[in-house]
Amino acid sequence: MANPTISTTAAPAKPPTGTVRSKSQQKRRNRYVIAPLVLVGVNVVLFLVFFVWPGALGMLYSFTDYRGVGKLHFIGLANFQKLLADSTFYAALGRTFVYTVLSVPLVYLCSLGVASLLVSKAVRGRTAAKMVIFLPWLISPIVVGVIWKWLFGQDFGFVNFLITGAGGNALPWSSNGNLALAVVIFASAWGGTAFNMLLFIAALKNIPEALLEAAELDGANAWQRFLHVTLPGIAPTSFMVILLSTIHAMKEFAMIQALTNGGPGTENTLIVQYIYKTGFEQSKVGYASAASMVLMVVLLAIALIQLRFNRKKG
Amino acid sequence: MATAANLPPAVAGEAAIGAGQTPAAPPADPRKKPRGNREARAKASVPLTVVTWLIAAIYAFPLLWFLLSSFKPGSELFSYPLSMIPREWTFQGFVDAWERVDFAQYFLNTATVSIVTTVLTVFFSACTGYALAKYNNKGTRLFFVCILATTMLPTEVILNPTFSVIRDLGLYNSLAGIIVPSVLTATGVFMFRQFFLTVPDDLLHSARIDGASELAIFFRIMLPLSRPILFTLAIFSFQWRWNDYIWPLIVLNDPKWYTLQVALRSIVGAENIDWPVLLGASVISLLPLVLVFFVFQKYVLNADVSAGLKD
Repeated sequence: MANPTISTTAAPAKPPTGTVRSKSQQKRRNRYVIAPLVLVGVNVVLFLVFFVWPGALGMLYSFTDYRGVGKLHFIGLANFQKLLADSTFYAALGRTFVYTVLSVPLVYLCSLGVASLLVSKAVRGRTAAKMVIFLPWLISPIVVGVIWKWLFGQDFGFVNFLITGAGGNALPWSSNGNLALAVVIFASAWGGTAFNMLLFIAALKNIPEALLEAAELDGANAWQRFLHVTLPGIAPTSFMVILLSTIHAMKEFAMIQALTNGGPGTENTLIVQYIYKTGFEQSKVGYASAASMVLMVVLLAIALIQLRFNRKKG
Repeated sequence: MATAANLPPAVAGEAAIGAGQTPAAPPADPRKKPRGNREARAKASVPLTVVTWLIAAIYAFPLLWFLLSSFKPGSELFSYPLSMIPREWTFQGFVDAWERVDFAQYFLNTATVSIVTTVLTVFFSACTGYALAKYNNKGTRLFFVCILATTMLPTEVILNPTFSVIRDLGLYNSLAGIIVPSVLTATGVFMFRQFFLTVPDDLLHSARIDGASELAIFFRIMLPLSRPILFTLAIFSFQWRWNDYIWPLIVLNDPKWYTLQVALRSIVGAENIDWPVLLGASVISLLPLVLVFFVFQKYVLNADVSAGLKD
């Protein structure tokens, strides 16, 4: 719309002589260019300064051995060659994949399950239940970490208290790498359900009831209706939730900083934490930037694969 | 409010579990009926209700345990057997947190950052969203793609160069260093764009015929129209900024500028965690958001938030 060449309305109180009209058209064209420019101006500047500039700088850094001060010294692809042989980098990247592959389906199932229950009219007290389940959204990743660390404390946590109370042996939630990751995954599902649940509720409400009724008349049971009517109906939302959760999981940082700090040892150090440690604590800026570039490529690849997958299905 | 009466007649009893069909006769039903629940078809199902509330309880439990623990004195926190309800109620943890750590200062810093950023984010997102929705030319289309790209390349991926940029701009170790870069958010822009796309162009045309200038149309007509989105984004933005960890972490160095999240991380990252203080401090840090949420919850829970989002 607002195509400057199509003027549907003549400027009021202007005699329609040729020269004046072209002048007023010129004026209109200008204001259709200047007005949006004024409106987006600040955000364009912010985009250039805090997105394009650091992005380009990061790419530049990845080819240098920059350590935070002094001049840039280009070393070609040496950072990337070193990364390929760096076992801690592989460990961090691998652990991030494991975390993502386990946590994203859990978040998806939890949010969809909860949303399905909350749109069902057969459930009483939905508004209150929705509010309770939504509460974790308010809690920062750091405090989510604190809450779960407190719940799963190895010597003092409530969960181990229950386990020993039931006659079991206390589980090493913080000294066993896999158990520690399990706690992180539970915490991510707990914290991530709320928002995705809202998305699913909106999508589920948009499914025409006529479709579900028709399926019911045809003898489909609740599960079949869910599988063949509801699930295809919410496919775009599912796609978005999976994409966003995957990117979110790949860049998980704050919550794990508070919950395990990558421990035990460095066993559960995820990729962003690895970048932060290399780039800031050891100030190997160039090397960390190279790792960042790898992460960026991975994120882009994930986005493209999911986009492709979504197109094919649609 | 999403009461049972005004929900669209969407998906009744399809909820994954076959129990939706169970013809249950709950005692609560007669009491609910006078409330104008016209969908007599949708009978309450006891199993589904129980399952839902069981799940709600599971979600509430970690938070409840954490809240109740914060009222326990330090000696009781670790004494077996643990009890759900504190045997002795105390506010000592909160008092210690407030006094020992420079908490009032962190609170003030976080509030400043959150409020200023939120106002700026809402305003500039509205401007940008409107321009992207109502002026269709090469420039705006290109910028739309640019905004889309920011969601694919989050700050976490460019930590070091972002730090260099902040330093070179002289924003290092100042609250402005957190505020300015956080103003542009893809979600905010998309939310407003989506909204303004639904506003009929006729409104714009008639305002133009009446001789209103482009910016006057935006400020006098369009911005007031977008009130619901404005509130929704304001709450979202406030939550993002209040809970943000990564920007304060890279921008701030001097503890006097710390925000709550960075301060909390320094308590939890210590060699010997001071749990009473940590629990007290964490609970205090939650209060403003909980307050904001309960006042404005309808703008969050009922918002159609499907327009381009990040967390």
